[in-house]
Amino acid sequence: MRYAMAIDTKKCVGCSDCVVACQTENLVPHGYARDWIVEVTDGTYPQLELEYRSERCNHCDNAPCVRCCPTGASFISEGGIVKVEHDKCIGCGACITACPYDARFVHPEGYVDKCTFCDHRLEQGQDPACVAVCPTKCLYFGDMDDPNSEVSLVVKKRKFKTLIPEAGTEPQLYFLI
Amino acid sequence: MREELFVSGRSNPLIDPHLEIWEWQIPAYLFLGGLAAGILFFAGLFYLRGKEEKFSTAVRVAPVFVPVLLAIGLLFLFLDLKHKLYFWRLYTSFSIESPTSWGAWTLLLIMPLSMIWAALNIESVFPRWDWKFQWAKDIIEFFKKYKTEMAWGLVVLSIILGIYTGILLSAFNARPLWNTSILGPLFLTSGLSTGAAFIVLFSRSKAERHSMGQIDLMLITIEIALIIHMFMGFQASTQVQIEAAKMFLGGQFTATFWVFVFSLGLVIPALLEILEAKGKKVPYYIAPALVLFGGLLFRFIMVHAGQLSRWLY
Ligand code: SF4
Ligand code: SF4
Repeated sequence: MRYAMAIDTKKCVGCSDCVVACQTENLVPHGYARDWIVEVTDGTYPQLELEYRSERCNHCDNAPCVRCCPTGASFISEGGIVKVEHDKCIGCGACITACPYDARFVHPEGYVDKCTFCDHRLEQGQDPACVAVCPTKCLYFGDMDDPNSEVSLVVKKRKFKTLIPEAGTEPQLYFLI
Repeated sequence: MREELFVSGRSNPLIDPHLEIWEWQIPAYLFLGGLAAGILFFAGLFYLRGKEEKFSTAVRVAPVFVPVLLAIGLLFLFLDLKHKLYFWRLYTSFSIESPTSWGAWTLLLIMPLSMIWAALNIESVFPRWDWKFQWAKDIIEFFKKYKTEMAWGLVVLSIILGIYTGILLSAFNARPLWNTSILGPLFLTSGLSTGAAFIVLFSRSKAERHSMGQIDLMLITIEIALIIHMFMGFQASTQVQIEAAKMFLGGQFTATFWVFVFSLGLVIPALLEILEAKGKKVPYYIAPALVLFGGLLFRFIMVHAGQLSRWLY
C-alpha cells in the first residue's frame, strides 16, 4: 500500500475549497493551514502561463522530517502516510526546518501538526476531505501500488511533475501538467 | 521568466512569510555548546600531555565554568521547545539519523563528566572551598584515580559536541545555506577558538596566555580558510546555494557578516595576536573578547540566514 495524490493543475481553479474543507474536517486552528494554494505565473506579458497547485505535505518516501526527529514522534504510518504522534513531540522544530515544502507548523498547543491524508476518513473508506470537496474534481487519491487505482491510472496517462525532486525526498504528490 | 508566485490560504505563524522557527535560543545554545566543547577539549588535551602546570587555566580554572555554560545552554534549548512538558521524550529514544538526538545524548554524557572535572578543580577558582561532608570527599578521591580516562573522555566528547553544533544545521538539505558539510569542521574550529579565547581571558600566566593566543591564531586562520572555502563551494554549486550565498555577497547580511564577524571577529584578533607575538604591547583581553563576540554573532547570522534560504520551485 502506498497512498499518493495527483493534482490536476489544468483543472484547478484555485478556489481554496480544499483548504477550507481541511480546516473544517481536521479542526485546524484559526490562522493555520495544512493545505494551501500556490498560483504561479510564468512568462512575459502577453505570453503568460498560469498554474494553480493545491499543495500539502508530500508524504515523502524518503522523508527528512522523519529522519531528523529525535523522539520518533514523526513517523511513517501505514500506506506511507507521514504523521506526528502528539504525545511524543517536544516541539523542537527540527522537522519543520527539515521540510523543504514548509508543510508543517506548530499547533497552538505546542506539538507539530500537518496533513494526515485524513487517515481517519480513509479508515472508513472515504477520500480525504480536500479530495471529496473539490468542485472541479482535480484531486485524485488512492493506492499507487494498485495499478488500477484512479491515481495510478491518471499518473500513467498524463504528464506530471513532482516538487523539488532534486531534494531527494521522493514526494508522493503528482502534479499533472 | 517567473512573473509571480502567490501563496494563498497559508500563513502559518513562524513559517510564513519565511521560516523563523529558531529564534535566539538555538544560536545562543550552539555558541555555548561550542565554547564548552572548546574549553573541555583543551582541558583534556593539556592534561593528557602532562602540561597541567603551564596550562593551569585551561586544565583547572576554565573547566569549572563549563557546567554553568552547559546548563545555560540546555536552558536555552529547553526554552526553544514548543511542547515543553514532553522534553523527557528526548531521552526515551535514540534516533541514529537525528542530529538533535545525538546532541541530546552527547550532552547527557558530557554534562556529568564536566561536573566531575569541575569538582576536582574547584579549589583553583574558589580557594577556600570545603566539601564539608566526608562522603563528598570520598567521591572526589575516587574520581581522582581516573583523571586520565576522564581526560580522554573530555577530548573525544568535546570533539563530538563541537562538530555536532555544525552538523545540527548542515543536516538540513531543505535550507541550502546550511547544507554544506564544511559547517561541521567550521563550527568545531570556531568553538575551539572561542574556548581558547575564554582561557586567555581568565589566565593570569603570561606564558599560558601567549601559547593559547598562538593556538587561537592558528584556529582563526583555519576558520578564515574554511569560510572562504564555504563560499567558494556555494558559488560552484546549484542555483539554490548560489542564491543562499548571495545574502552574504551583496545581500542583506553582507555588511554585518564581513564587517563584524569576519573583520572584527576574525581578522583583527588574528592581527592582534601576530602583533603580540612580535612583542608589541596590546592589551591581552581585546583579541579574545572580539573572538567571543564574533563567534556568537556568527551563529546568530547563520541560524537566521539559513532559515531565509530555500529551494526555488
Ligand atoms: S512534505 Fe515535508 S512534512 Fe511532508 S513528508 Fe515531505 S518533508 Fe515531511
Ligand atoms: S518538533 Fe516534534 S515531530 Fe518535529 S522533530 Fe521535533 S519532536 Fe519530532
